[in-house]
Amino acid sequence: MTALVEAIGLTKTFDVSAPWLERIVERKPRQSVQAVDGVSFSIARGTTLGLVGESGSGKSTVARLLIGLHQPTSGTIRFDGQALTLRRTAGGRALMPQRRMQMIFQDPYASLNPRWRVKTIVAEPLVEHGLITAKDELNGAVEVLLKLVGLATPDMDKFPHQFSGGQRQRISIARALATHPDFLICDEPTSSLDVSVQAQVLNLMKDLQRSRGLTYLFISHNLAVVRHVSDRVGVMYAGRLVELADTTDLFAAPLHPYTRMLLDAIPDLSMSGRPRFPVQGEVVNPLNPPSGCSFHPRCPLANARCRSQRPALSAVQGVLVACHAVEEGRLPAR
Amino acid sequence: MPPLLEVRNLRVEFAQRHGTLLALDDISFDIAPGEVLGIVGESGAGKSLTGAAVIGLLDPPGRVAGGQIWFDGQRIDTLPYDAMRRIRGRHIGAIFQDPMTSLNPVYRIGQQLAETIRTHLPMSVEKARQRAISLLQETGIAAAEARMDNYPHQLSGGMRQRVVIALALAAGPKLVIADEPTTALDVSIQAQVIALLKRLCREHGTAVMLITHDMGVVAEACDRVAVMYAGRIVEIGSTRAVIHSPAHPYTVGLMGSIPAIDQPRERLLQIDGAMPRLNAIPAGCAFNPRCPKVFDRCRVERPELLPGMATHAACWLLDVPRTAA
Repeated sequence: MTALVEAIGLTKTFDVSAPWLERIVERKPRQSVQAVDGVSFSIARGTTLGLVGESGSGKSTVARLLIGLHQPTSGTIRFDGQALTLRRTAGGRALMPQRRMQMIFQDPYASLNPRWRVKTIVAEPLVEHGLITAKDELNGAVEVLLKLVGLATPDMDKFPHQFSGGQRQRISIARALATHPDFLICDEPTSSLDVSVQAQVLNLMKDLQRSRGLTYLFISHNLAVVRHVSDRVGVMYAGRLVELADTTDLFAAPLHPYTRMLLDAIPDLSMSGRPRFPVQGEVVNPLNPPSGCSFHPRCPLANARCRSQRPALSAVQGVLVACHAVEEGRLPAR
Repeated sequence: MPPLLEVRNLRVEFAQRHGTLLALDDISFDIAPGEVLGIVGESGAGKSLTGAAVIGLLDPPGRVAGGQIWFDGQRIDTLPYDAMRRIRGRHIGAIFQDPMTSLNPVYRIGQQLAETIRTHLPMSVEKARQRAISLLQETGIAAAEARMDNYPHQLSGGMRQRVVIALALAAGPKLVIADEPTTALDVSIQAQVIALLKRLCREHGTAVMLITHDMGVVAEACDRVAVMYAGRIVEIGSTRAVIHSPAHPYTVGLMGSIPAIDQPRERLLQIDGAMPRLNAIPAGCAFNPRCPKVFDRCRVERPELLPGMATHAACWLLDVPRTAA
C-alpha cells in the first residue's frame, strides 16, 4: 500500500520569549519551546493513524503543521508523493493539494460561525475554492453533504446554536467533506462529546472512511477511542514520537515504558482486576525538558544513559520505539 | 447502620418566565457511612444539580421544591443559610472540577488550608499549620512544608487538585461531594487523583458522592452507582451489577457506546438521538423515543424504580406480570 501522507523529521520551534523591553530590563534570555521534535511517520491510503499523548505532547501542533496552519521549522511533509509547500493564488486561496486535506476541530462550539446558517457554513469550502458557484447547485451539494452525515434538508436554514454538540460535530464533518478531500485531520473530534454521542460520531467516521476511502490522522488523549478507530498508533511524549506500531501490536505488547504507563492509567471498566502499576510523576514542562530521554524522571527503568543520552526511534520486533531499556533488553516482560 | 445521607423524593425546580422547569424529579438514594456512591450521566442529566442540592448551593432561581434531605440524623434541606454554612466544610466537604476556581489565586495555599481548618476546628494558628502540612503530605505532595508558601498558579493541575482534596478533608468531614474531580486532568494524573481520593477516604472513613460522566472512574472508585437520565435516576445498584448486567436499556446503550480497551469491537453500540431538553421531556418514560425496546405502556405511564436481577431500574420491562412467570 502506498503512503498518502508522509512526515519526515518534522520539527517546530515556537519563540516564547518575554517582550523585548522586559528582556532588556530584566536581562531575560530569549526562550523557545520545541513543540514538535523530529517526528516522522507515514499514513497509508485509506487507513487511520492515531496519535495519543497528554497535554503539551505536541500532537495538535503536528496536525497544524500538516494542514499548513504552521510552517515547520525543519522537516518535510509529502502528500501523495509530492513535497508539500504552501502555495496560494494571488487572492490568498490555497492551491492543491491543500484542497485535498481538511480538518475537524475539537470544539464544535468554537469552530462554527454562530452568525452563519448551516448552508453557508457547509458551502464555504466549495465557494472558497471556486468549485461550485451557481446558487441552486450549491444548495443541492449541501443537501447531499448533510444527508451523508445524518442531518436533514430543513437543517440547512438553521443556525449552529439550534444544534446539540454531536449534531454540530456532524456539521463540521459535512463541511470537511465538501471539497471531496482524501485526507482528514481530526484533532480530538469527540473529546467534548458525551459517550453516547461520541459513539454516533465515531461510527459515522468509520462508515465514511469505508465508503469514501478516506485517510485519517486521528488525534486523541483517549487510548480506548484511538484503539477503536486506528490501524496504526503513534505515542507522543514531550514533542517526540516514543512508539509507533500497529494497533494490535501496541495494545497487545506495548514496549515503551510510557505507553505501558498510559495503558495502566486507563480505568479498568470490566473490573477484571488485571494487575497494574500505579502511575507516577507529572507531565513534563515543555519550557524546561529534562536531559536525555524526556521520560526518564517518571521511568522505572531509567539509568545513567537515559539521563544523558536521548534515545532514537529504532525498529524492535517490527515496532518503532525510542527507548534505551528496550534496546538493551532491560525491559521486563508483562 | 443508619445511612449517613438520605435523599427522599428530591425535586428541584427552576422558575422561569414561561413557567417552571422541573430539573430533578423524584430523586431518592442513600449513602452509608464510608461508602462511595457514583452518580453518572451525560451532560444535562442533573448529576451536578443533585450534588448542589445536597450541599445547599443551588443557584437561584433553582430551588428544592419537594422531598427531604437527611444528613447524619438531621434534616438539612430546610436549614437556614447560617446553619447550613456550619455544616458545609465541617461535615460535608466539596471538590469541584476545575481546581483553579476552587482555590483563591491571591492567597498562598498554606493560608487557605489553615484558614479552612481554623474556621471549623478550634485550633491555634501553629497547630492549624501543622495539620495543613500533614494533610498536604497525606495527599502525596513532596516537600509539603515548602509548598505551603506557594500560590496556586505555581502548582501543576494535578498538584492543585491534590490541594483541593486536602482542603475538602481539612475539617474531617463525614461526606465529600466530588463533582467531576478528574475531568480537567491528563489521563496519567487522573489515575493518580482517583487512587488518592479512594485511599484518603478509606483511611478517614469518609463517604463520597462521586459525580462523573466517566464510567471508567466509577468502575475504579465506587461501591454503588446511580445512573441519571433527564433529571431522574434510571438505574441504581452495585457498581459490578450496573456495569456487567445493566437492566435499563439506557444503561445498556451507555455501556455499549464506550470503546473498550480490552475487547475491541468493530462498531460501537449506538443510541440514536439525544437526551431531551428539560422543557420537552416526553410523556411516560423520558427515554422512550430513543429506546430500542419501547412498547405502548412506556409512552403513557412513567416507570418507578423496580427491582431487577441485580439492580433497581426505572423500566417497565422489569414489571413482568407475576402470573406469566
